[in-house]
Amino acid sequence: MSGDGRGWERDWEEGTPVPLYIVTGGRTDAGEAQVLDLVTLIVARSEPQPGMRPEHVSILRLCAGPLSVAELSAYLDLPFSAVQVLLADLIADSLVEARQTRAAHTAAADPDVEILKALIDGLQRL
Amino acid sequence: MDCNDSEPPLGPRHEDLLPASTERSVKVVVVGGFGVGKTTMVGSVSEIRPLTTEETMTQAGVGVDDLSGVERKTETTVAMDFGRITLNDRLVLYLFGTPGQQRFWFLWNGVIAGALGAVVLVDTRRLEESFPAMDRLEQGGVPFVVAVNNFPGAPVHPVRDLRSALDLPEHVPVVGCDARRLDSSRDVLLTLMHHLYDSATATREFL
Ligand SMILES: Nc1nc2c(ncn2[C@@H]2O[C@H](COP(=O)(O)OP(=O)(O)OP(=O)(O)O)[C@@H](O)[C@H]2O)c(=O)[nH]1
Ligand SMILES: [Mg+2]
Repeated sequence: MSGDGRGWERDWEEGTPVPLYIVTGGRTDAGEAQVLDLVTLIVARSEPQPGMRPEHVSILRLCAGPLSVAELSAYLDLPFSAVQVLLADLIADSLVEARQTRAAHTAAADPDVEILKALIDGLQRL
Repeated sequence: MDCNDSEPPLGPRHEDLLPASTERSVKVVVVGGFGVGKTTMVGSVSEIRPLTTEETMTQAGVGVDDLSGVERKTETTVAMDFGRITLNDRLVLYLFGTPGQQRFWFLWNGVIAGALGAVVLVDTRRLEESFPAMDRLEQGGVPFVVAVNNFPGAPVHPVRDLRSALDLPEHVPVVGCDARRLDSSRDVLLTLMHHLYDSATATREFL
């Protein structure tokens, strides 16, 4: 899939019902546009505030420490794409930090050797 | 493992919290035909009780009437089980088990995109059921290993025969496993990681 000629703010993945929200990069940054993956780790950067929508409050509570978008989806009992939308708001307001986003138009991950070594070491200890 | 409750837990238990320093995460998918042991494998290696994430898929209906311009859409919810392995205070691995209804998870592109690699689970009684999953991985450029689940009464084929029956290139590892066992499932994941490591360190001219 090529990203040429697609929208700046959002993008569509065939089959999924909502746009793939671009959370960093894209138009202004030099880097590739980044989206939230199932395994992107979310960490709260703020306490819940009065007047926030309840889903946002729940996310901030759940993400006191790092938690993947997939885990958020499971604990909130919401579809992945619904959580992506909720998180896009929180990221835009700098209320959460997203670690390990992925390039919008990626195929497989291209891991560095250090990560693979850490995976082998960690699994051997299991 | 008690899986008969439909309500999701309210949040991670204290012992399920990741270290605050965790900053890297990788995704591995377990694919294969119906009832081949995907959920079992995810559960046997996961440090947390497996969770479920879902997505609503839409598919443009067939028989679209060009003149009216009205498209019929069908909606399906796809649920995936997943588990987690914390590797160190920076790195965590997530393992996703796709559902047996293959044509639906194929539509969820975010599953394959960015995956580090995949485990294709194979039941020797129904080899052909793993073909669609392998095709999808090859299209997505996701490296994989083949794990043959040893079901009682299933025919035992030499790896060489399996390789040709599955039309697998020489570099794709094929291993036997028992998805119910932690050590066996862990070894399958290790085979995948060694395979990825070898590919990453091989010089271009040998590829
Ligand atoms: N003997 C044996 N049985 C297994 C093995 N793996 C799974 N099973 C059994 O096979 C059955 C199906 O396993 P699941 O893990 O639910 O299979 P699945 O691939 O998730 O199935 P779907 O999601 O429905 O496609 C269960 O009863 C498991 O206990 C194995 O390695 N050996
Ligand atoms: Mg299953």
